[in-house]
Amino acid sequence: MEYILSWLIWLPVIGIGAIGFIPREKKDLIRITAAVTTGLQFLLTLVLYRNFDNSIGVMQFMERAEWIPSLNISYILGVDGLSLPMVILTGLLFFIGVFVSWTIEKAVKGYYALFLLLNMGVMGVFLSLDFFLFYVFWEVMLLPMYFLIGMWGGPQREYAAIKFFLYTLFGSVLMLIGILGLYFTCGKTFDILELQRIAPTALDGVLWWGISAIKVIWILLFIGFAIKVPVFPFHTWLPLAHVEAPTAISVLLAGILLKLGVYGILRVNYGLMPDGVYWFSGALAFLGLINVIWGGLCALAQTDLKKLVAYSSVNHMGYSLIGMAAVIAAGESNGYNLKAAQAGLGGAVFQMFNHGTISAMLFILVGVIYDRAHHREIEGFGGLATQMPVYTAITALAFFAGLGLPGLSGFVSEAMCFIGAFPVYKGIVIASTIGILLNAAYFLWAFQRVFFGKLNEKYTELPEINSRELFTVIPLLLITLFFGIYPAPYLDIISSTMDVIIEHVVSLSTLASM
Amino acid sequence: MNNLQSLSYYYPELILVGVILCGIIYDLFIDKSKSGNVGIFLVFGLIIVAISILIQDNKVTSLFTDSIVKDPFSQFFKLLIILATIFVSIVSLKNDELKIYRKGEYFTLLGIITFGLFLMVSAIDLLMLYLSIEIVSIMSFVLAGYLKQNTRSNEAALKYVVYGGFSSGIMLFGLSYIYGLAGTTNYFKVQQALSTLPSESNTAVIVSIIMVLAGFGYKISAVPFHFWTPDVYEGSPTTVTAFLSVAPKAGALAMMIRFFNQVLADGGAMQGLDYISNTGIPWAEILSILAIITMTLGNVVAIQQGNIKRMLAYSSIAHAGYMLLAMPAMSGDSIYAIMIYLVMYLFMNLGAFFVVVLVKNKTGGESLEDYEGLGWEMPTVGACMTLFMVSLTGLPPTAGFVGKFYIFASLIKGGESLYYLVFIGGVNSVISLYFYLRVVKVMYFSGSKNDVIKKPGRVMGIMLLLTAVPTFLLGIYWVPLATWIQNSLVFFIQTN
Repeated sequence: MEYILSWLIWLPVIGIGAIGFIPREKKDLIRITAAVTTGLQFLLTLVLYRNFDNSIGVMQFMERAEWIPSLNISYILGVDGLSLPMVILTGLLFFIGVFVSWTIEKAVKGYYALFLLLNMGVMGVFLSLDFFLFYVFWEVMLLPMYFLIGMWGGPQREYAAIKFFLYTLFGSVLMLIGILGLYFTCGKTFDILELQRIAPTALDGVLWWGISAIKVIWILLFIGFAIKVPVFPFHTWLPLAHVEAPTAISVLLAGILLKLGVYGILRVNYGLMPDGVYWFSGALAFLGLINVIWGGLCALAQTDLKKLVAYSSVNHMGYSLIGMAAVIAAGESNGYNLKAAQAGLGGAVFQMFNHGTISAMLFILVGVIYDRAHHREIEGFGGLATQMPVYTAITALAFFAGLGLPGLSGFVSEAMCFIGAFPVYKGIVIASTIGILLNAAYFLWAFQRVFFGKLNEKYTELPEINSRELFTVIPLLLITLFFGIYPAPYLDIISSTMDVIIEHVVSLSTLASM
Repeated sequence: MNNLQSLSYYYPELILVGVILCGIIYDLFIDKSKSGNVGIFLVFGLIIVAISILIQDNKVTSLFTDSIVKDPFSQFFKLLIILATIFVSIVSLKNDELKIYRKGEYFTLLGIITFGLFLMVSAIDLLMLYLSIEIVSIMSFVLAGYLKQNTRSNEAALKYVVYGGFSSGIMLFGLSYIYGLAGTTNYFKVQQALSTLPSESNTAVIVSIIMVLAGFGYKISAVPFHFWTPDVYEGSPTTVTAFLSVAPKAGALAMMIRFFNQVLADGGAMQGLDYISNTGIPWAEILSILAIITMTLGNVVAIQQGNIKRMLAYSSIAHAGYMLLAMPAMSGDSIYAIMIYLVMYLFMNLGAFFVVVLVKNKTGGESLEDYEGLGWEMPTVGACMTLFMVSLTGLPPTAGFVGKFYIFASLIKGGESLYYLVFIGGVNSVISLYFYLRVVKVMYFSGSKNDVIKKPGRVMGIMLLLTAVPTFLLGIYWVPLATWIQNSLVFFIQTN
């Protein structure tokens, strides 16, 4: 129990070592090893959940060790209500990902080794509380992702892979500059918890070229994270990467990697620069609005089913951004509306999780049809409902979840985001309802074109969704249903931590009372 | 200290000279086919020299009537240079390009360059500075043209001679100005003289220092003194290229640090170049511009290269730029950063060149197409090359990242006037990703997947591991290295 977080991070490395010893011809053994590794990791996350104390909003299961004393770099891990759901989601989606990619036959050994390396990086980012360590894990994810897209992806994979890499690296470089700026202005420490204490006061009044250092660092870090989210106009790598990546990698990209951006903004920008939150929240809500509408419009225009799902991610992450901006409602200038801030921030964090499960489901389902028909043109199908009834039913549920139908989890979190943001950003919330309409339109329209109408004669032999594929989708579907009806367990995990974040932002910001 | 007394502190160099001389004589008595033994002899000799440096006391002193020094700073660089020479010598034994030639002179010349570099890192006298540069340069010309039946190699040597002669001429001219202004060749006396000059002589100071910069710039291949680099790197035997890209660069940077720190700044105070004397000349800005154009040109032009040696040549120009980036701060931290970067650079760059040697031995080619499918044919070599490329880009957790991290950190610490340098350096890393990853792409994404796995030879395999393992491990844990460099950051400073 004592080193559970380290186990979570380093378990995949053990898996990579084990895979290294398996001859490359024994493909099934390699797959089973990967499944066992990620399965164990998922079980560990559940153990973590059982032992997690919901009632306190502070870091738990902390681990701390010296790493590079001369630079004050340490190995610090911890988990709180913000990271725990993400950790569980990581465990779940990587476990499912192993089965989604079961049919891959090309260089299986390399594939699963890189897959597990990616797993390690993602887990590390969510758990590390030292900025240097955080950055190292953040970058460790890039190379496996490059290979996974570039080697196992679709026809334009090489271009997609390098574009993804260049975009994210540019963001990380800006982030590194921000990190170094924080390090030298805040007493030479990379400890995020310590920085949360020091930074709000240490940065106060520091000017760089006449601009407040808070604004400069905020922007540097924000761009780094915004590219991952992705926030408009940094989103152009996403449709390409999603479409070209193999199914399992699209699932992980949409399901977890996009969440790293939001997580980073909440953990770092919100934690370290409360003043910046006040300064930027209007822009954040506005960017969220653009994401919602732009993503929706783009999704509507797509003829490729996978691209449609990819743009739906841009659309859905917009809700999260709007919800996040609502945190300032709790300040004096907005009449101490704590309820709105709780709803908004909680909604944003819940939306991260829901989008993780829903978009993962959507990508798996697109992968299912692609494996059978070898294309994803929406217009190329039609009438599949008679041919594949089970698949149709599941896809219908997934699409409904995606468009935010009440009773499914997506609705709860979107509603929370809007409820929270409404008192502060009325105009933006009203405008973003257009996005909800678009959201419904593109999902329903696509559904209609693919499943209704006359059955395309080419597909009279199309086999129904098989048990392996069902096994990968059903858990996600159940989670969506469960949280749609009864979101309390999730909200219980996060609520204390959300209160701590709101309290931190509002009480430490000098702008809050203005 | 007078000449005779100095000798007792000078035994590492004396041993090295002995090794070189014995090498020459030994070469006379052996067959051409066994001439590689001189290399083995040199390697063992160098190990002894390294041990003798390690057992030296860390007393800081000047030798031979103040022309060279013995201080931890120079000892650090000497060990670094020995390491590079040993690595290169061993790989040279397995380099097929050299197969048809007698190798005795080759190793002797490597030894003499090493000796020249020893002088370079410890010179504190303008004359010794020039002399050491010439020793290194002239031996390098010969090595660049070692493949006498290869026209490219001949071309390389000739170009190298012309550029080398030209830039050392300019440098010598600049040095003569400095002598004219100061009336002495000793660094510390020059510093005192320059700081008391009236401001009317600023023009003379700035012209002379820029001329001297031409000499330094040529040795570390900084833009605009870099034009020889691609051609010489392409034409020379690959092992010589590997050596030229690391050892003389380290030596010249050490010399440059000492020169700027002790002739222009207040020797050893290491408070930044703004504190130089009272001439008010913007050295920091001049060096910043030099660094920016060096790395930007290196990275941008490297994108278009189809020949891997040319690409690595431009990459080495870019890396010189990254190291120069830390010069404007001229603080203890920035010198420290350059030193740590050099160690990281040594492993990753030598490693990359060793892979080039290996591939050239196998396929005889050095264009990007020769790397197609390498990742499948030779998984270990492919993995090592990927690691070197990633490290040269500067991604964690590799050595290259740690080097860049220290450089950037020293600049951020240096104050907001230097932040833009960090930004430009960062953007450059992103640009460099494109061409480094192209090698990775070619190795893995294109070319047919061959099921027959080939192995590198035993010696080459070991050498690859000896460069790849530190490239990875130093990216994760570098405390011992950091401590060593911290202790090496002691300069000889003359006080009157």
